[in-house]
Amino acid sequence: MGHVFGFFSGLVFGIGLILAGMTDPMKVKAFLDLAGAWDPSLALVMGGAIALGVLVFARARLRSRSWTGTPMEIPTNSTIDGRLIAGGLLFGAGWGIGGFCPGPALVALGSGMGAAGIFVLAMLVGMLLHDKLLAQP
Amino acid sequence: MTIAWNLFTPWASLAGGLVIGLATALYLFGNGRIAGIAGILASPLRAMLAGTSLRPDANRLLFLLGLLLAPWVWRMVAPLPAASVDVGTAGLVVAGLLVGVGVRMGNGCTSGHGVCGLSRFSLRSLVNVLAFMGAGFATVFVLRHLL
Repeated sequence: MGHVFGFFSGLVFGIGLILAGMTDPMKVKAFLDLAGAWDPSLALVMGGAIALGVLVFARARLRSRSWTGTPMEIPTNSTIDGRLIAGGLLFGAGWGIGGFCPGPALVALGSGMGAAGIFVLAMLVGMLLHDKLLAQP
Repeated sequence: MTIAWNLFTPWASLAGGLVIGLATALYLFGNGRIAGIAGILASPLRAMLAGTSLRPDANRLLFLLGLLLAPWVWRMVAPLPAASVDVGTAGLVVAGLLVGVGVRMGNGCTSGHGVCGLSRFSLRSLVNVLAFMGAGFATVFVLRHLL
């Protein structure tokens, strides 16, 4: 049963990203371009997702097990350190250059967009490089 | 700042956000875990690197398969919205490397820290979101208005 939820949440997530406009890097960059012709749409994507998310997490906290019986593993880490900030800065710089973040890039790859394939390959290499060389001992 | 009203898609973007929230709920209530895509990608990648079993990552791999198939399901109903990039191969490689290293170092991306973290009022996630949003705005400003 857990597998069914895994697959369908990915599918629904991807459809949400397409509907939201996030799978078009040019739309993402139009949101990030405050000094140019600014497209505020992505603020509404975040707003919509978080408005529902707040209710979802409030309900989820009341449970100790998921619908399929696995433990609820809501993150408890509250560490704020240089790695958290540096990681965000690097990610944001890459997001600004390409207009892709991980989820939309995977959806765009699924649609057959070659640029997304190049991006995803480099992203996987980046993740491996980090885990091999930069991960905390 | 001028608002590009011709590009603005308030209803579709708000609806898309709600659908993303729904997917987050399905994954959280169904599997007990947050739908953070950087983490969902990193876990099976780590297992492959270490040569350990991918069995514990089955849910994550199926989530990723769902993401990849979403455009195919979309196409059954309507044509996909246009998508394009304004950088070449070198730009895409640099962008991918930065995103890959950054989301691992910061332990999350737009979904894990952005949607899930902010939804549970995590200060840690807010700090990461402010860092990546700030860097995103600054990078596009430099690329489009200074260079």
